[in-house]
Amino acid sequence: MSDSLPPPALRIRGLRKTYKSGVEALRGIDLTVAQGDFFGLLGPNGAGKSTTIGVVTSLVNRSAGDIEVFGIDAGRDLEGAKRLIGVVPQELNLNQFEQPLQIVAQQAGYYGIPWGEARERAGECLRWMGLWDKRAAMTRSLSGGMKRRLMIARALVHGPRLLILDEPTAGVDIEIRRATWALLEEINAAGTTIILTTHYLEEAEALCRRIAIIDDGVIVQDTDTRSLLAQLTTETFVLDPRDPLERAPDLEGYEARLREDGSFEVDLARTSSVNELFAALDAAGVRVRSMRNKANRLEELFLRLVESKEEAGASAQHDGVAS
Amino acid sequence: MTSADEAHDRGPMSQLAPVAANSRSRLREGWIGFLTVVRREVQRVLRIWPQTLLPPVITTSLYFVIFGPVLGDRIGEMEGFSYLQYVTPGLIMMAVLTNSYQNVVSSLFGAKFQSHIEEMLVSPMSAHAILLGYAVGGVFRGVAIGAIVAGVSVVFVDLPIAHPLWTILVAVLTSIAFAFGGFINAMVARNFDDVSIVPTFVLTPLTMLGGVFYSVELLSEPWRSVSYANPILYMVNAFRHSLLGSSDLPISVAGGVLALFIVGFYTVAICMLRRGVGIRS
Repeated sequence: MSDSLPPPALRIRGLRKTYKSGVEALRGIDLTVAQGDFFGLLGPNGAGKSTTIGVVTSLVNRSAGDIEVFGIDAGRDLEGAKRLIGVVPQELNLNQFEQPLQIVAQQAGYYGIPWGEARERAGECLRWMGLWDKRAAMTRSLSGGMKRRLMIARALVHGPRLLILDEPTAGVDIEIRRATWALLEEINAAGTTIILTTHYLEEAEALCRRIAIIDDGVIVQDTDTRSLLAQLTTETFVLDPRDPLERAPDLEGYEARLREDGSFEVDLARTSSVNELFAALDAAGVRVRSMRNKANRLEELFLRLVESKEEAGASAQHDGVAS
Repeated sequence: MTSADEAHDRGPMSQLAPVAANSRSRLREGWIGFLTVVRREVQRVLRIWPQTLLPPVITTSLYFVIFGPVLGDRIGEMEGFSYLQYVTPGLIMMAVLTNSYQNVVSSLFGAKFQSHIEEMLVSPMSAHAILLGYAVGGVFRGVAIGAIVAGVSVVFVDLPIAHPLWTILVAVLTSIAFAFGGFINAMVARNFDDVSIVPTFVLTPLTMLGGVFYSVELLSEPWRSVSYANPILYMVNAFRHSLLGSSDLPISVAGGVLALFIVGFYTVAICMLRRGVGIRS
């Protein structure tokens, strides 16, 4: 790499974490996140997403590996690395008995920002998050969505160059989720690198330019979102016929499957077009009232990747036993 | 308020300037972090004053009533002072040390329990700034209650102050030692029971047996020798010496014990904080 190139926002090499219980949560993670990126870290529950975030933010002690934040080695200068990071954890971790302005200003104080400036910055962050009117309310009286935004305000108050969000929309309703997405896009557009862990795959597909998939403590895929989605060879559509069908229609070139609700589904190769499918439907005399994707595309890919990894593991185990 | 309503008071998003990062500013950064913790802890004590400041005053006032008009006259003099005069320094010291301890243990464990301790752990604050910030909060509560109790005692007893500077110094040093002790307790505590075990089963008995209500000279052997192993005996006697000018033990020994506890507890607490005992997995 040339010296003139800016260092990545985050570089992780050989990261391992084994808990005292013996559970190996991370088994050699390598990850690079470019400056200005909107990066998604995906994986099923227990895959190692939160542990990775925990180690990067120093809430979890690592067993091995190196972490660099904007070129600062966290092993040598942890305080310097921490200064550049803002973190929004998965669980609510607000002092329920303090006021939003106090919480955010205190966070600025922990980063060495004098009290007067800390209050100004806190006010600015609360305005961004639409919480200025609630600045003096007791935090426990805020709604779930407001608490989430308060955590984002708290993470932004010291001007981090890297914002890490661990499942920021877990358990919130769709309206708040969409509002949070818009907010994060705005933060990213303002120049902050964002790393997001989520198990809402539509969230990652909508927001992230690059995605890594983690499973069982290892990265199974790390590429840009478009390339990842390009790996899909087929897409499944659900079609709602105008007249009820007793059996799946015979469509030339396609295999249709009847569903319990009277609709039917068809797999469409990415190389073919929807027009061809409709031509086949016309030829079979099937009139369609509506059509939708069966599932999120990324979800299909995600399941395939995780399943193929499990199959590979089982096969290796079988070979090992056989030999 | 709906999301749409809230959007109205949202300003345009821009990036706040990152905090500076040279080595000189790091010292200042640590100092500001420390002051932030102190401010938060003091505000906490004042915000919940009916829980933090009022109960010890009421409890100690009851001691004054019982050991003054009710029992004091029947017990008679001790080391040349009325019984109420004799026990007052011990009662003040008991309030100081238990409240310093209790303040830090409850505040830090509360922060662990609600997980908002993570606010500090993800920041560049040093372990020293965190520990000292909590300790000053504990000292504030301990010394404030000590002062209030001393003020209340004036209603019941004529309290001389033989060595005013020693009085303040002993109260503050004892408060510091027990604030560090409370910090260690909160670090290892896993539930609310763990928070109350040490104050109930260790601190209270040691205080009661630490010469608050009697002179250690009145004890027969082996209990007198056993009492010398109780660190609180030295602190109570140092404070009694500061107020009354009379003590069972030399002040230098008491000062040495206090220094030992402060250094010992500080070292243990810092090591635990750096290793993340009870707060990092």
